Amino acid sequence: MANFYNDNPDLRHHLTHPLMRKIVELKERNYTDAEKYDYAPLNFEDAMDSYEKVLEIAGEISGEIVAPNAESVDHEGPHVVDGHVVYAQGTQVNLDALVKAGLMGISLPRRYNGLNFSSVPYIMAADMVSRADAGFVNIWGLQDCAETIYEFADEDQKQRYLPRVCAGETMAMDLTEPDAGSDLQAVMLKATYNEADGTWRLNGVKRFITNGDGHIALVLARSEEGTHDGRGLSMFIYDRNDGGVTVRRIENKMGIKGSPTCELVFKNAKAELCGSRKMGLIKYVMALMNGARLGIAAQSVGVSEAAYREALAYANDRKQFGKAIIEFPAVAEMIAIMKAKLDASRSILYETTRFVDMYKTYEDIAKERSLTPEERAEMKKYKGYADAFTPVAKGMGSEFCNQNAYDCVQVHGGSGFMKDYACERIYRDARITSIYEGTTQLQVVAAINHVVKGTYLAKIEEYAAETYAEGLSELKDKLAAMTELYKQAIALVGEVNDTEYKDFHARRLVEMAGHIIMGYLLLGDATRNDSFTRSANVYLNYAEAEVAKNFKFISESNLDKMKMYKA
Amino acid sequence: MSLNIIVLAKQVPDTRNVGKDAMKEDGTINRAALPAIFNPEDLNALEQALQIKETHPDTTITILTMGPPRAAEIIREAVYRGADTGIVLTDRAFAGADTLATSYALSAAIRKIGNYDLIIAGRQAIDGDTAQVAPQVAEKLNLPQITYAEKIEKVENGKATVTRRLESGVETLECPLPLVITVNGSAADCRPRNARRIQKYKYAVTPSEQAQLSPEMAALVEARPYLQLKEWSAEFVDADPEQIGLKGSPTKVKGIVNVVFQAKESKRLEGNDQAALEDLIKELIENHTIG
Repeated sequence: MANFYNDNPDLRHHLTHPLMRKIVELKERNYTDAEKYDYAPLNFEDAMDSYEKVLEIAGEISGEIVAPNAESVDHEGPHVVDGHVVYAQGTQVNLDALVKAGLMGISLPRRYNGLNFSSVPYIMAADMVSRADAGFVNIWGLQDCAETIYEFADEDQKQRYLPRVCAGETMAMDLTEPDAGSDLQAVMLKATYNEADGTWRLNGVKRFITNGDGHIALVLARSEEGTHDGRGLSMFIYDRNDGGVTVRRIENKMGIKGSPTCELVFKNAKAELCGSRKMGLIKYVMALMNGARLGIAAQSVGVSEAAYREALAYANDRKQFGKAIIEFPAVAEMIAIMKAKLDASRSILYETTRFVDMYKTYEDIAKERSLTPEERAEMKKYKGYADAFTPVAKGMGSEFCNQNAYDCVQVHGGSGFMKDYACERIYRDARITSIYEGTTQLQVVAAINHVVKGTYLAKIEEYAAETYAEGLSELKDKLAAMTELYKQAIALVGEVNDTEYKDFHARRLVEMAGHIIMGYLLLGDATRNDSFTRSANVYLNYAEAEVAKNFKFISESNLDKMKMYKA
Repeated sequence: MSLNIIVLAKQVPDTRNVGKDAMKEDGTINRAALPAIFNPEDLNALEQALQIKETHPDTTITILTMGPPRAAEIIREAVYRGADTGIVLTDRAFAGADTLATSYALSAAIRKIGNYDLIIAGRQAIDGDTAQVAPQVAEKLNLPQITYAEKIEKVENGKATVTRRLESGVETLECPLPLVITVNGSAADCRPRNARRIQKYKYAVTPSEQAQLSPEMAALVEARPYLQLKEWSAEFVDADPEQIGLKGSPTKVKGIVNVVFQAKESKRLEGNDQAALEDLIKELIENHTIG
């Protein structure tokens, strides 16, 4: 009777963070929905109780249905029949269970039949589903696209599409094309306005589209003839019921094999404009991607959790030289550092999610009434944090996920290289997390501005000013010293005053910031809950060495040395 | 078509996850060490009812359970999954009932409900494993019964079509309503609890539970009739005191023996090669363990 919520007290720890009271109050507009909806909470305690009860449902489905199906789904995979996707049998069973449980449209408002939950429990459900099957979480998690419809589509479109998502229809975001991957400005799919019947028609090809045959798709297309950059792109909603899109093939991937990655052919497919013309890439895709990146950060944490648990179980079970291998220091260290990286990446995941919740809820309230100056300032502050933290949570979280998957196989030794254990699937599934929705290198591009602007440093100083448990003062001193090195490294790179040189060291600087931030977050976790003290110590031993390493590299670097790395 | 379905359910100790402390030294069940759960096959029965409701949305599903007041928990569990309401048949006078007394009490409650088209129950409960209660209910109500059902294919024109799983295969039967159906564990698993329903019904209580609530919460239950679960006594269902509880139970427990499996007359086969494996297979075929 596996329940991925109840067997993991770390989740409840993050769900009950002190900032939740404020988030839920805002999200529930002081609990005024209770008069209109019989399932709306009466107060904060009631709302949190509902979050927990619903997470128990998600945890049960993850543990009892999705996880046991993961292996067969990995083997069977989806296939194309008459231009449409047929999921692996287990995938369909998983999806039916989640739909029947009403776990679609989790964060949408109740007037569209959503649950109106904060993003924290939604991301937590994604964390658990991902632990169960990283490929499946993509299909279920694409409900996130509904957020974009909610934010930017007109009321009529919201009325027509959002209840369908809440009722269980799946979604897709059709962005990339054969010649437009990381560089979405090059998108060519053509959108033509048909004056005769007043509809938009789409023609062209999309590639690498996750769940490409979903019921409702957001499609990035070139609506302005003769343009060649991002300013000629608009966002469209395509409804599969209207037809016009066929799946040409499903990619044969290394991992997340249950998730259908499609090549789509649009032949005069009817679509409707979402939001304003020409804002497709500039505004809507950026919003969509930020949500998607947070989703991948959650997926990374879920896979990390699975890797850690598999490794721990095997290390306790496997005996060599007359004892369990976890008794050997080399293995014990691997397991401890896996847990520390898992805890660090989970901590920044939920910190980021709370920031997103805060500013997005304020944005939503601003549609109903004007915000007070204090509220506007808070919204701006949290938006800044969310923008700065998202690429770190996704970038470093996905790298930790890969490292944990690697170590998980390593702990299994020769058995890990065989198909007999889950770790080989975890290892393959983990690999995509640091690639899609922007590679780690592109996360660094997004994050480096916040190194330069000082967003991270300002937040680090806020963390440093907080009070932590007395027994953690040594770790706090360590973090202060790491922050000093970070400041010096920024100054050293800044002095050279060369853009390429800054880009060369960007990843090192961003990682230094990330290590310090995650260090402080673990200090906060350990202050609230002693069970995190071990991870705080282990993580900071590791992070301190990493920061020192990056500092040494930067301090001994110069423009001439950089040239050695050039192609 | 609007149907009235009664699902018989039981709260049972979870005997599937038995630990070392599951039995007391005197050989009786240590209930404290075993969590109380929704009898698994009753969940299969509920799923069949919910599938009928999907085809006939006007259907009302009522859960009927006999047990201590805390058995209200499984009614909430059923309501979270899609049942409409539930009744706890609870009374000290019901205590100690065997299958005869239980089926008598349940049939009295069903008569009290009065209006029913289908009575669906799990094949058997994992604590008693008798599979007698629902068939006895059918007899007492003078209703036809289909046991070991795997799927209720359809309910229309006053008839139900049911596929049942037997040792020799499957058979599909048609039977006029009302009737009693018992459902096998091999039938479809019950759907999960629903996120919206759990929020709507989490404060659903029986009158005795309502009495324990704070004044504010009791007022909430008062204001929302769908939160009021029913609790019926022996007297309320007009049960004959002679036919319920220990009095109405001819089954008497003579003694309980704690069976400890021992390797008596065991045979040990040595070796780790192909020949040893073949010897083992031969041995297993000879004593009819396999083959």
